[in-house]
Amino acid sequence: MLDSSTLLQSALLGLVPLLLIAYVLGVRRARPVASGRYFHCAPGYYGWYAVVWVGMPALGVYGLAKVLGGFRLYDVPAWATAAGMAVVAVLGLLYAISRITPEFRAIHAVEKTIMRVLLVCSCISVLTTIGIVLSIVFETIQFFKFVSVWEFLTGTTWDPDTAFLQGAGREDAGVSEAKFGSLPLFAGTFMITAIAMLVAMPVGLLAAIFMSEYASSFARKVSKPTLEILAGIPTVVYGYFAAVTVGPLVVQAAESLGFSAVYNNALAPGLVMGVMIIPFVSSLSDDVINAVPQSLREGSMAVGATQSETILRVVLPAAMPGIVSAFLLAVSRAVGETMIVVMAAGLHPNLTANPLESMTTVTVRIVDALIGDQEFNSPLTLSAFALGFVLLIITLVMNIISLYVVRRFKQHYE
Amino acid sequence: MSVFQTDQSLKAATRRRLAFEKYFQWCTRIAIALAAGFLVYFLFTIGGMALPAFRQGQLLVEISYTEDVLEMPNYAVPEEYEFFVSHEFLRQLPLRMQEHPELLGTTAQEWVLAAADVDQLLKGKAHRLDAEQVRLVQELAATGHTRLAPNWDFFTKGDSKIPEAAGIEAAVVGTVYVLVITLLLSFPVGVASAIYLEEFAPDNRLTQLIEVNINNLAAIPSIIYGLLGLAIFINLLGILRSSSLVGGITLALMTLPVIIISTRAAIRAVPETLRHGALALGATPWQVMWNLVLPLAMPGILTGTIIGLAHAIGETAPLLIVGMMAYIPEAPSSVLEASTVLPAQIYTWASDSQRAFGERTAAGILVLLVVLLSMNALAIYLRNRFEKRW
Repeated sequence: MLDSSTLLQSALLGLVPLLLIAYVLGVRRARPVASGRYFHCAPGYYGWYAVVWVGMPALGVYGLAKVLGGFRLYDVPAWATAAGMAVVAVLGLLYAISRITPEFRAIHAVEKTIMRVLLVCSCISVLTTIGIVLSIVFETIQFFKFVSVWEFLTGTTWDPDTAFLQGAGREDAGVSEAKFGSLPLFAGTFMITAIAMLVAMPVGLLAAIFMSEYASSFARKVSKPTLEILAGIPTVVYGYFAAVTVGPLVVQAAESLGFSAVYNNALAPGLVMGVMIIPFVSSLSDDVINAVPQSLREGSMAVGATQSETILRVVLPAAMPGIVSAFLLAVSRAVGETMIVVMAAGLHPNLTANPLESMTTVTVRIVDALIGDQEFNSPLTLSAFALGFVLLIITLVMNIISLYVVRRFKQHYE
Repeated sequence: MSVFQTDQSLKAATRRRLAFEKYFQWCTRIAIALAAGFLVYFLFTIGGMALPAFRQGQLLVEISYTEDVLEMPNYAVPEEYEFFVSHEFLRQLPLRMQEHPELLGTTAQEWVLAAADVDQLLKGKAHRLDAEQVRLVQELAATGHTRLAPNWDFFTKGDSKIPEAAGIEAAVVGTVYVLVITLLLSFPVGVASAIYLEEFAPDNRLTQLIEVNINNLAAIPSIIYGLLGLAIFINLLGILRSSSLVGGITLALMTLPVIIISTRAAIRAVPETLRHGALALGATPWQVMWNLVLPLAMPGILTGTIIGLAHAIGETAPLLIVGMMAYIPEAPSSVLEASTVLPAQIYTWASDSQRAFGERTAAGILVLLVVLLSMNALAIYLRNRFEKRW
């Protein structure tokens, strides 16, 4: 007796020779000698037509059974699935063979199927979005059954350590109640993002100006890959570097200036994140600066402006919408960045304006809430989804605004 | 007032303007230099931290295979060197004696793995040995009883709680599994979506929705994909947590927009006239696509795919969320087993408090960077070698 998963696997494997047979039968039937008349299309298309009619229904049955089982609606027994697949495959083959006549235009039928497959593929991205939104919204609603929205958005204490008791239904165990005030987390995210943008915006923009306006072709050939390498370094590596090298450097620098700093200060991840975003900003700005028409530059030069005056007073204002959009995209990337802050920033929520202190961020707490062995329905686990929900909304709004701005900009010059 | 009277102030103004021009040019140069300088400093720092890990400290000690060793492996080495020999080596001793019974009762001089602190001392780094122990090790070193041997174990062994025995093999295997799943899922689906959206889609509401969607998906933080993987694939569909299957699916969804966007750009770059020519010869739209446009766009598509995959290799956050940071000493043998990936291994080593893991972390990073840089170099090569300018 086969167990159910092996049975299904062999059913899928068994489909392969069936498809080959279908192809061969289709091709043979469409040989011109068989009827003395020429078929409308090349024989291969009739073969593919048969394959489509064997494969599609069988895979459909398999997929249906999987979906029903996967969403726990109805458990289809494996033998029923396999039998169903076999039946529809054979029926499909008989139907396809009966359709094959010299007048039949198999190529159109085959291409129509291809188009449908392509359409289904492109819908997967929509399904991904729906999946993201549904899963996060659903868990967030669960979370707000434990914690009020108002407390979550305006509370200044994030102390979820006793949340597991709540999840276990033991709220009265005599410990202080878990607190889910997210303000300190967003303050940390904002602080580190601001530091990163202070590094990335000027450096990235000036680098883009250098590459598009000043660089010799050799300098461009060297600097472009340099920035591409920076963009290709994984964030976990940046995080390690921030924690092991930049953090202590910041502490030394602060101490030599007479300030006191902790090793997991907010400055180190901010600076390193800024470096990470430089190539992102510079390549986006490079695009928009190159999109500014040459005639504007020539006009400015013709009235006697120097190159820097042309750039600062003509090119940059013209490219401003694109640069704003680059800024927004960079911010949304910094806000969602995880590994650098997980490794280099602190874990303790801290509502402060001093970047030399340790601060934690939204993404740090999401990771922290989910990597332990937590009960899935405890408020702590669910809080990660609520934080993720806010994160998602922030990044989506920024992205949509920036897409809108950059589209207006492009229309202006096209 | 004539022009000539203002000549002096004009000259001064011009000088100012030219000085500013110079100053501004230097600002842009400094910006590039800052980025490049960071990269050089970064590579040197990581390289400097990583290189020692490729050599491993060993000791030449006398191993006595007595009856007692089967019970208490540390009796095998002279008592004063007991703490210098890696616990990993001692743990394996009884197994070795069971496999080779003829060893019983013999003694042999052997090079054995040194403990992490001895290894760090031999490399001149911080260690936790006391003065007496340091003296003993130095004595051994002076008589040629220590050496730094090439550390092949780093590539052929899995993770371990003992720093000197930890390697990246399990993580590399996990990475390969995840990557293969990501590629198998995201490449066909991504290319198919791009073909449809770029060439065949009617301009209707659904198409516009899909387009806006893809642009937004590309900007969503990767950690959100981790939440998706946890909520849908693990909790709803019941795929095993930590398995490379769930990691691969999650990363595939994340890589999809990258592949779609670059494939669309590559297809768009094929000139319309070629299509018209083929259509005029009687080819159907799909034949034009499959036999003409797709082969011409392939270098661009591959470049985009490689860059997307390189990104996926280095991705950590969503994989932590779906549990791929488990302690994995043995390489997984199927995609359904719990496994870890190289960046997650780097993360777990980096969070370990034992100092000797530091150089392993850096060495893991170096391996990761070498892989990523060669993938990017391959992408750039493909782009330059095969991409046509029309």
